Amino acid sequence: MELYALLKLIWAALLCVLLIGLGLMVGMDMGVGTLLRFVGRNDGERRTALNIIGPHWDGNQVWFILGGGAIFAAFPTLYATSFSVFYVVMILLLFSMILRPVAFEYRSKADSHLWRASWDWVFLVSGFLPMFIYGAAFGNILHGVGYHFGWTGQYYQDSSFFSYLLNPFAILCGLMSVALSVYQGGVMLMLRAENPIHDRARRYALRGGLTAAVLFIIGGFFITRMQGFVFTAPVDPAMPASPMHGQHVAMVAGGWLHNYAAHPVLWLLPLLGLASMVGGTLAARMNKVILAWWIGLGSWIGTIGTVAAAMFPFFMPSTTTPDQSLTIWNSSASAYGLTCMLVVALIFVPIILCYTSWCYYVMRGKVHTADIVNDSHSY
Amino acid sequence: MDMINPTVVDLSRFQFALTALYHFMFVPLTLGLTFMLAAMETVYVVTGRKIYKDMVLFWGKLFGINFALGVATGITMEFEFGTNWSMYSRFFGDMFGTPLAIEGLMAFFMESTFVGLMFFGWDRLSKQAHLAVTYLVALGSNLSALWILIANAGMNVPHGAHFDPDTMRLQFDSFVKLIFSPDAQAKFVHTSVAGYVSAALLVMGVSAFYLLRGQHRQFAARSFRMAALFGIISTVAVITLGDVLGREDYMEQPTKIAAIEGLWHTSKPPYEPWILAALPDDAKQENHFEIGVPFVLTPLITHDFNTPIRGMHELEDAAAPRIESGIAAVSALRRYQETHQQADLDAFKAHEADLGFGFLATRHAPNQDVTAIPADALQSVVEQTKPDILPNVFVTFWSFRIMVFLALYFFALFAISAYLSLKNKLERNKLILKACMWSIPLPILATEFGWITAEAGRQPWTVFNTLPTFLSASTHSTSYMVFSLAGFALLYSIFIAAELYLMFKFARLGPEAHDAPHSDDAYAAHCAVVGTPHASGH
Repeated sequence: MELYALLKLIWAALLCVLLIGLGLMVGMDMGVGTLLRFVGRNDGERRTALNIIGPHWDGNQVWFILGGGAIFAAFPTLYATSFSVFYVVMILLLFSMILRPVAFEYRSKADSHLWRASWDWVFLVSGFLPMFIYGAAFGNILHGVGYHFGWTGQYYQDSSFFSYLLNPFAILCGLMSVALSVYQGGVMLMLRAENPIHDRARRYALRGGLTAAVLFIIGGFFITRMQGFVFTAPVDPAMPASPMHGQHVAMVAGGWLHNYAAHPVLWLLPLLGLASMVGGTLAARMNKVILAWWIGLGSWIGTIGTVAAAMFPFFMPSTTTPDQSLTIWNSSASAYGLTCMLVVALIFVPIILCYTSWCYYVMRGKVHTADIVNDSHSY
Repeated sequence: MDMINPTVVDLSRFQFALTALYHFMFVPLTLGLTFMLAAMETVYVVTGRKIYKDMVLFWGKLFGINFALGVATGITMEFEFGTNWSMYSRFFGDMFGTPLAIEGLMAFFMESTFVGLMFFGWDRLSKQAHLAVTYLVALGSNLSALWILIANAGMNVPHGAHFDPDTMRLQFDSFVKLIFSPDAQAKFVHTSVAGYVSAALLVMGVSAFYLLRGQHRQFAARSFRMAALFGIISTVAVITLGDVLGREDYMEQPTKIAAIEGLWHTSKPPYEPWILAALPDDAKQENHFEIGVPFVLTPLITHDFNTPIRGMHELEDAAAPRIESGIAAVSALRRYQETHQQADLDAFKAHEADLGFGFLATRHAPNQDVTAIPADALQSVVEQTKPDILPNVFVTFWSFRIMVFLALYFFALFAISAYLSLKNKLERNKLILKACMWSIPLPILATEFGWITAEAGRQPWTVFNTLPTFLSASTHSTSYMVFSLAGFALLYSIFIAAELYLMFKFARLGPEAHDAPHSDDAYAAHCAVVGTPHASGH
């Protein structure tokens, strides 16, 4: 395989890792945000829940920022096109994402009941909506989006956002992503909180895990019948990264199963996802909390892996001009850019993992409501 | 070819300017306060005196309120290139995306992870370990600024990339040229020390407020002195590096420097005055009146006494052949996209250097199609495109002057304040204390105008001399833009109201009593007085 093709492949794999990390870590915080009003019945309990993720949410959120940055650097055409064709939902996502840091920092800094109750609603919206949009985005790219490129490389949108916002499959994917985040958030609360928050969180974690499993199965049936995208002529993975020419693509019903038919070992991915969702629910039920947390990682690997295996090498197919569909091969950065980024990532990712783990280690242990409400510096 | 919608381009520019200026209200304070906190904590760890820990906790709280908005509004910036500047991102993302991603990996991750420990780790870390964490936050936020400004310098002086006709974009080819760009280095130091000035004046101003009211005197006097010294050093650095940047613009962006100086005609050294004030008229291309200081302009910009600086009329004339050559480049490039023939590629290569000027002619070409300009219309298209190479002179000229006049004022204010503080004569000079207090927002204003100077002065390009701004924007409908702008306006107004409310609230509340034997006990007592929420029983 040519070096350039290999670099593209490595970065696609790294992008998957980022998307999994994002789902797990940001999803966990979002789940706590979504659950905040339900697991905390009074102000002290809610502050406890917030302070459980308080020292970590900001670091976790960088997964999201880095996800954006990595797509920009490694797959600039994908970044440029997907963020623009999904404009309305991307802006909604942005609005809810920017409300969250402010909610954390400001909620407990003033005493008024109205002030705090308003920020609690902000946590609900800014926890639920981003995860919903995250999942729905996967639903939409599986469906394909209507766009084409002009000769200069400018994109033009061919379908209005209502057509993709309101389709049942995307809604299902969105809800599944929310369910996974509720599961992860619930498990995190179980890990660090005492009763009564602990037991309430467990109830929601169990519901989240089971709901995700059910939606995952239904989603699987959707995909088998969906119009997938396949190449009609061989394509050169080391091609110059431009979507304007160089590939021939057709839409085929059930096309997303072709990779699975060619490599049956890929079926392990959906299996891992489903087994993790069920297994995690059981672990949480048996109060094996740390085990349940790590099984949550399996759910995300299984889910994102399933989509990636189905679509490979497509990123965001075009329904109106399938030949200009964005793939790993035609939307990447240059070989030079990918190499630079790879070197930087190899140096810094291990460092990041070290200090992030250290932070969790320093802040380990149960968070007590009495300590929180007596500390004027806590959230 | 789909036509460019000028309303959407303008709204996209307006939204970007709004969100970037807003983001930059909070970032300078973050950059400076982290280092001031680290300095205060260092003194605490070395001397063991509680008052310095109180300083870290109090100023740290104001830092936290401000930091949250810096982070929140930064998310917008990271995504807005994709949501609103699609063509720009595709065209320049190969190079531009790299520093942004490195910023995340190297800096933002570090800053964000350790800021949690900085706030929550006091009881769980040793003094030394906590100090190290505070320094890592400061280092992270400043490294973050470094990578963002490297990216920005890439837009202004795109060294380290070349145009590739097969992918129709700039391909990244030199990491070294990107990060060691003199523009990036000067910009980074200039901008981050401008942040230190903002933070110093915030600390000085709030301390002055306490001194005026005779509250927390010991605490305020110490904070004031540290801030004044920090401020005077930073202001000197900001002015020095500003001069370096001006010279950099003179070498690389002659249109920007001519607009900054309101220089319509090439200068006549050595007499040429530096214009203090004027009323530049972009339509008539002249200044309505000028007040200047003779003999200053030439040495100020060129650092010698006899090099002329090119004026805007001369720059326009010099652009005419480039526009004509650029039109040929665009036409050949389009043919190459369809035929992939070597002959078309060679024709393009002959005019490649002027490609951007060909794109710039788009708006004046019949049907906005540069590749189909009739021979007899060519000269008129070139003539109409010529003035487009200039930025808005009025905006660039005055943004620069407001920034410079403010910087000189800060220099005077810090110098006097530091002197009075060191001589212990501060509390008698109510006028200076009041000036410090009322000057808190001014450094923010100065940095905002600095940003406008740099970015308005870069126009009409997003990538200088290569990609025009009007081609860079996403092809949205006007209604999309109205939707997002309305949302940003609403959210950002709520944010600023909440931030100011909390900033004033905690600044008025002041630091906790520091004469108690254990400051932690003092905090508990304070909480009981202020009334923590759970106890007040809402």
